[in-house]
Amino acid sequence: MLTENTMERLRILTESAKYDVSCSSSGTVRSGKKGMVGNTVGGLGICHSFADDGRCISLLKVMLTNSCMYDCAYCVNRRSNDIPRATLSVTELVDITMEFYRRNYIEGLFLSSGVVRNPDYTMERLVAIVRKLRTEHRFNGYIHLKSIPGASQELLSQAGLYADRMSVNIEIPKEESLKLLAPEKDHQSVFQPMKLIQQGVLENKEDRRRFHHAPRFVPAGQSTQMIVGATKDTDRDILTMSSMLYGQPTMRRVYYSGYVSVNTYDSRLPVLKQPPLVRENRLYQADWLLRFYQFKVEEIVNDQFPDLDLDIDPKLSWALRHPEAFPVDVNTADYEMLLRVPGLGVKSAMLIVNSRRYGKLSSYDLKKIGVVMKKAKYFITCHELASPLPGTILGVNELRPERLRALLVSPQERKLAEKEQQLTLDFGV
Amino acid sequence: MTVYSFDGTLDGLLTAVFDAFDRHEQPEQLLTTGDALPLFCEQLHEVMTDEVKARRVWTGLEKRLSREALRLISVSGFSELPELFNPLFNYVCKTFRLPPDGKSIERNFADPDVLAVTNIARKVLYEQLRMKQFIRFQKAKDGTYFAVVSPDYNVLPLIIEHFRDRFNDQPWLIYDAKRHYGYYYEGADKPIRVTFEDETTVPFNLADGKLSDDVLSSDDHLMQELWRTYFKAICIRERMNPRKQLKDMPRRYWKYMTEKQGV
Ligand code: SF4
Repeated sequence: MLTENTMERLRILTESAKYDVSCSSSGTVRSGKKGMVGNTVGGLGICHSFADDGRCISLLKVMLTNSCMYDCAYCVNRRSNDIPRATLSVTELVDITMEFYRRNYIEGLFLSSGVVRNPDYTMERLVAIVRKLRTEHRFNGYIHLKSIPGASQELLSQAGLYADRMSVNIEIPKEESLKLLAPEKDHQSVFQPMKLIQQGVLENKEDRRRFHHAPRFVPAGQSTQMIVGATKDTDRDILTMSSMLYGQPTMRRVYYSGYVSVNTYDSRLPVLKQPPLVRENRLYQADWLLRFYQFKVEEIVNDQFPDLDLDIDPKLSWALRHPEAFPVDVNTADYEMLLRVPGLGVKSAMLIVNSRRYGKLSSYDLKKIGVVMKKAKYFITCHELASPLPGTILGVNELRPERLRALLVSPQERKLAEKEQQLTLDFGV
Repeated sequence: MTVYSFDGTLDGLLTAVFDAFDRHEQPEQLLTTGDALPLFCEQLHEVMTDEVKARRVWTGLEKRLSREALRLISVSGFSELPELFNPLFNYVCKTFRLPPDGKSIERNFADPDVLAVTNIARKVLYEQLRMKQFIRFQKAKDGTYFAVVSPDYNVLPLIIEHFRDRFNDQPWLIYDAKRHYGYYYEGADKPIRVTFEDETTVPFNLADGKLSDDVLSSDDHLMQELWRTYFKAICIRERMNPRKQLKDMPRRYWKYMTEKQGV
């Protein structure tokens, strides 16, 4: 039974869970079944609300308990913190999930936990909750389960039968930085469970080929997250790790979480007046380039440019470093090359490829079909003779990249970026 | 100039196409009944909506357009926007005028009519997504779940299958306060369209969607309070971004949303 008394604990455990940025309910399409509650819609999932910080609320993101025996420096729930601790019972968690779901508040549950007693003890409790949801309450909605580092293979294989997605957070891209901040962890403790989950998924695929009715194992794959700005690791360290992870067949999403100074007293950590949101955003843009725009990580960050340009997006940044690749003729260029044009997204590139089959496109046509020309116009040529718009536009090569860069940086973005850089200057002193 | 007037329904529009081909003419403008006639109207033809004719036109379209294009056309019809009529009429006529081996114009977004219809369909699809996101149910004593909405476009028909599939074991009612009708699902079979003869007797408030206290189940207040608590707690104050919140969840949806309502 849920009571008033549940409320305060739900509050505490939500406050403790909210720094995990993943919230998506993507990756599984499962229609409703008779006698069961719920379905999953696939695609990007459904955001049911948006919090005052603008983040999507899709899943009930909560911890089973925020007590933890570990002492990871970047975490609010570390054992040396003096914060209110709470635990929800298995029944309470199951009930809240079902009641919220039936009112269309959420797509499902994202459950994690601090480590109590030992990893297996904790993992067992998490498994008990998802098992109860699936078998007793016939819950057919989305479940994302955080795996507890150090939990046994046996428990992970059980969990995988109930969860749509599982995740283990790397948090810090370089092992030496991780060991400094979380002495009880190393990369092995992260990669081991990732490997086990992957193995489970691949074996399950094999089983399902042979027995069509074998239950599915973690159908929405894995995700992970890295904290940004808690260590000196560069964007290159971060994105190289992401790119390596995306090379794994079951890794679907890497999330980036701008570090929120939760433990200001710890001298191993920088004191940030605000989380590095501009940098976080640039990392997400770079991540998109890796996943959907066929960029290689070395094209985005490398020895010469170990960090992303905060003033401009990484695609524009690449284009300005490679003026020789432009202009691109929108009437003849491959789809892949259209994707490299600053300002052209997947949608615009598709519109162009579709529409140009009916006749040559002028810049007037491009505008009409909804291509945003603000950036793109410096990097493309089109069927200008037919265009009723007067005047030719100077391209990136005539203008030179430095001048174009100055033209394209928006004053607001520059101001935000500057502010962020000043706030992070006192790093590590 | 030749002008057609029709009743504003999709069937009526398809009948107008039928008539245009039957009478070997291409009207310059399509009006809805009651619109003021343009100045130079020489010939006015009043279209009598005819399901059989409409069906024949639709069957013809099915042979000429992809399923996706057909879906977008029917979706655009739920917009109820008068600016849809002329582009859609032209789009359909052009499709029939193509030579039999001609390439369908459905993806030619440089064509203003195709573009207009596609854009309107996209807006409608966006609105139905928002209903799937933002509909909030309250539970009544008898176990029925109630939700009130007032979408920009007439999207209930597009979303009820989603809710039937998802909540197939719970009875629910989703009611469009703007268009005065809803769908009721009693826990099995198909949801049915319902209207109330006297809307003042409904057990919910049309302005904020709240179920009246004598009907509301005893634990619903607690669930709503839990949800509001969760909604507040999940926000990271260091990252406050009300602008993004408003962009993704415009204020006009808030009035029916539990987390945005006080007690
Ligand atoms: S193990 Fe997890 S919950 Fe515990 S301190 Fe480390 S990050 Fe926080």
